[in-house]
Amino acid sequence: MKYYDKLIFEVSRPGRTGFSLPRNPWHSHTAQLPEHLKRNTPTLLPEVSEPDVVRHYTNLSNMNFGVDTGFYPLGSCTMKYNPKINEEMAALQTFKSLHPLQPDKTTQGALELYYELNRTLSQITGMAECTLNPFAGAHGELTGLMIIRQYHLKRGDTERTKIIVPDSAHGTNPASAAVCGLQVVEVNSSTDGTIDIESLKSVLDHTVAGIMMTNPNTLGLFETHILEIAQLVHDCGGLLYYDGANMNPLLGKCRPGDMGFDVLHLNLHKTFSTPHGGGGPGSGAVGVAAHLTDYLPNPRVVKLADGTFATENNPEAAGQVSSFLGNYGVLMRAYTYILTLGKENIRMAGPLATLNANYIKESLKQHYKLPILGVCKHEFVFDGLLDNPNNLTTLDVAKRLLDYGYHAPTIYFPLLFHQSIMIEPTETESKETIDEFINIMKVIAEEARTSPETLQHAPHHTPVRRLDETTAAKTPILTFEELTNVTQ
Amino acid sequence: MSFAFFPHTDEDIRLMLERIGANSLDDLYADLPNQVIYTQEYDLPSAHSEEEIRARFAQLESKNTPLTVFAGCGAYDHYAPSVIPYLLQRSEFITAYTPYQAEIAQGTLRYIFEFQSMIASITGMDCANASMYDGATAAAEAVMMALACTRKKTRVLVAETIPDAVRKVIETYAKYKGIQIGFVSHVEGNTDIAHLQQELSSGDVAALLVPCLNKYGIIEDLTGFAEVLHEKKALLMNYADPSALAVIKTPGEWGADITCGDAQTLGMPLNFGGPYVGFLACRKEWVRKLPGRIVGATHDVDGKRAFVLTLQAREQHIRREKANSNICSNQSLMALYVTIYMALMGPEGLKQVNDMCYGAAHELYDRLLQTGRFTPVFHKPFLKEFVLQTDLNIATLQDELLKVGIFGALKTEEGYVSFCATERRTPEEIDKLIQVIQKM
Amino acid sequence: MNEVIKGLYYSESHEWIKIEGNIGIIGITDHAQHALGNIVYVDMPETDDEVTKDEDFGAVESVKAASDLISPVSGVVTEVNEALQDNPGLINENAYENWIIKVELSNPEELESLLDADAYQALCNP
Repeated sequence: MKYYDKLIFEVSRPGRTGFSLPRNPWHSHTAQLPEHLKRNTPTLLPEVSEPDVVRHYTNLSNMNFGVDTGFYPLGSCTMKYNPKINEEMAALQTFKSLHPLQPDKTTQGALELYYELNRTLSQITGMAECTLNPFAGAHGELTGLMIIRQYHLKRGDTERTKIIVPDSAHGTNPASAAVCGLQVVEVNSSTDGTIDIESLKSVLDHTVAGIMMTNPNTLGLFETHILEIAQLVHDCGGLLYYDGANMNPLLGKCRPGDMGFDVLHLNLHKTFSTPHGGGGPGSGAVGVAAHLTDYLPNPRVVKLADGTFATENNPEAAGQVSSFLGNYGVLMRAYTYILTLGKENIRMAGPLATLNANYIKESLKQHYKLPILGVCKHEFVFDGLLDNPNNLTTLDVAKRLLDYGYHAPTIYFPLLFHQSIMIEPTETESKETIDEFINIMKVIAEEARTSPETLQHAPHHTPVRRLDETTAAKTPILTFEELTNVTQ
Repeated sequence: MSFAFFPHTDEDIRLMLERIGANSLDDLYADLPNQVIYTQEYDLPSAHSEEEIRARFAQLESKNTPLTVFAGCGAYDHYAPSVIPYLLQRSEFITAYTPYQAEIAQGTLRYIFEFQSMIASITGMDCANASMYDGATAAAEAVMMALACTRKKTRVLVAETIPDAVRKVIETYAKYKGIQIGFVSHVEGNTDIAHLQQELSSGDVAALLVPCLNKYGIIEDLTGFAEVLHEKKALLMNYADPSALAVIKTPGEWGADITCGDAQTLGMPLNFGGPYVGFLACRKEWVRKLPGRIVGATHDVDGKRAFVLTLQAREQHIRREKANSNICSNQSLMALYVTIYMALMGPEGLKQVNDMCYGAAHELYDRLLQTGRFTPVFHKPFLKEFVLQTDLNIATLQDELLKVGIFGALKTEEGYVSFCATERRTPEEIDKLIQVIQKM
Repeated sequence: MNEVIKGLYYSESHEWIKIEGNIGIIGITDHAQHALGNIVYVDMPETDDEVTKDEDFGAVESVKAASDLISPVSGVVTEVNEALQDNPGLINENAYENWIIKVELSNPEELESLLDADAYQALCNP
């Protein structure tokens, strides 16, 4: 990786263009618009040639780190390999050129793919039906909670306005609940990190709409009391929501539907290998049990008696959360992945992810503090360095990893520990890759004792080094125009 | 058993289990209750080789009919430069996560900064976030943001001329969040300022959301809107097509506080509805209520210019249930798409695109009227999309067009017929469309 | 470190309030500013806004944390400290000199439920 300092605006020269449009065959043009409806201020867009553009963005890409670059053990993010056949399929021209409102009879192939992906995801998770419309995990959460609320409202039960969220949950859970108009009730974790059953019992009553759970939880631990929890919540009239962020270790092993969950979302960009794209587009497919299918959001794709496919709107639906059928291009990639895995290989995905995580945990627990012993699933959490005479932080360890060519793990989450280092290797990493990572983690632990300043000032070999985040937040400079004004 | 994405050999698994102290992979799941272990065979397809996958997709493709698009309604058939998908496939971009480790994510952070700069400039706003899922969800977020900006207000007004899908998503969010939505009617296809003033008299209005280019394709005249809203301490919010803003009056020029919309019009393929990319921009005074990721400029310890995710204390991972929004991600790669598009096009390219849209749409409009089967609904300026009344059966008209490979003549909720023509439409295609109608 | 000043009232959520006549001057404690670190933004109400005891009236943000401001009393805001808008870091420099809002008390009896300096000191250093 090398440092490249330019912004596209700084490559610009007046008069250059990078587009290729045909000759304009028409008589009328926008100059004929009424003056008071015309733009009167200049657009500060760059003027650049096509080679300028290609070189600029190629140079930018050289300052980035992706799964194809190296090991990316980012906890709870499931940075598995993104297969290239997915990309080849998603680029097919007949799909790309389809208008979302075309008549169903002209989009049968596209609708069949949606329907089939829906069916296979339902089968993998043990749910009755899915919507693939939500755009991301958080959007899926919100959609799932809307379905839960609609279910209660349709039963005439308006008092269920509380949602139970464990204290170890991802921050998105309470935020999604609040956007859905639900009041968050936290339940505590036991000392082993799983939900405290007594704490749960104490908050269950007729005002509870449901509970949001991640299983395995954010510590990578399977909630072994899940069947009892499901029984308790269902007995009080609430529903169970499954946050699919941590679905990967269960792939091929067990299904949330069989644990008693009524609603779930899946992050297709985690479990089903679609690329993260630097933060999106993702897909937050939502699955529901049979008694909730009416409330799935519109539009929906259904299979008709004659075997053809149709889009339809159901008046009972929780509403509409997207203009069309979601991030369709992402769905094409996930479908490709499921076809590649097939019913045979899916059996190994979860177990190998779990194997990799436990192997790292057992190999490093003499060097990093392991607050919770025992078998984890796809990820686990260290609470900082074990032998730390120089009071180095998790941030120091994470930044030093960048120097050695790794992406850092998730840090300072979960909040249950002060120095959390959350590691998730996924099933697509080889033993050699993992052994090298383990070795480097040991080297860093040794450096922490012998040359602490190396860690404190890390990273040393990246395109830029530690940033001044305080200034950035105090006086935000958010556009090139502002940047220019500040510099002058 | 071996599989291309799983590198483990039997020997690897044996050695790794040994280190863990487990006898088998099943041992790693010994803590699960037996009842939840799935032992049946999955009802899934068998593993497909690459050739089998290509064959399966070829089969699906044969059931799709690509058409010449004369329709809009939220998805527009614009020219997509060949450079963009090529650059988007760079694995350093597409296989990266959110740029939390800024030292090794300057590529992502820089293009987001460029995206924010371009969106701010094109909308006439001071700043923009790193992008939203799509236009409709961006609009729903704008509604929630307006309430956060104007603490004591409880109601948000939405123009009736907002695209239907956007309205439905706003209504869904509002229903569960408990937000009151009011609608402002239109006169002759332009939002009615008199009705707006009437609604404002109650004093509980946080904002009005009104499109710049509305669902009838009309360029709305928003003269005086900002003044009457601001007088009542309410905000003006625009729903905008960023491509069109290169030539039509901008939200900034109308005096808007917040602007949202879908940037699909910036050269993104139709993609059967997604992924597209939403945007949300605002005046600087509201930046701390702006949801989603935001990238800011700063420097590193050596003084090198650098970029970083900033203002994170607004976000869900810190504020949890107190955050204004639950959004975590953006449509980063699609933001890169439209950033590269805007860079290639520049001000001149965007102007030419709009001129060609305007020319094609007006040619189509005139020729349709000349057939004698259509009459105007509104007499207002439009850019690339318009509605007409017709004595033809709209479903039959659509079917006749389909027979010659044309998709158009969408029926609106009001029973009008809607057409759209972009720079991709040619005189020959318009001739073909008109010939179909002449034969009806 | 973690200075506590005699004569002020304190809340368990780490706000202080100083009484001058019928006006309460409210800020956050030295303990709170230490816990937050570099403060980058203070979200404040406007003059004439009503505040209610035990409800939030704004927030203090650092780079990676945010803390709601909980009002120790009920009343009407008579003044906000505009200087914090440009320089929120003043709170880090001196948390007691750099107040956040002034409130005209609507129910002075509410002060009785607050902590005195000794009790607050004990809360911070149990």
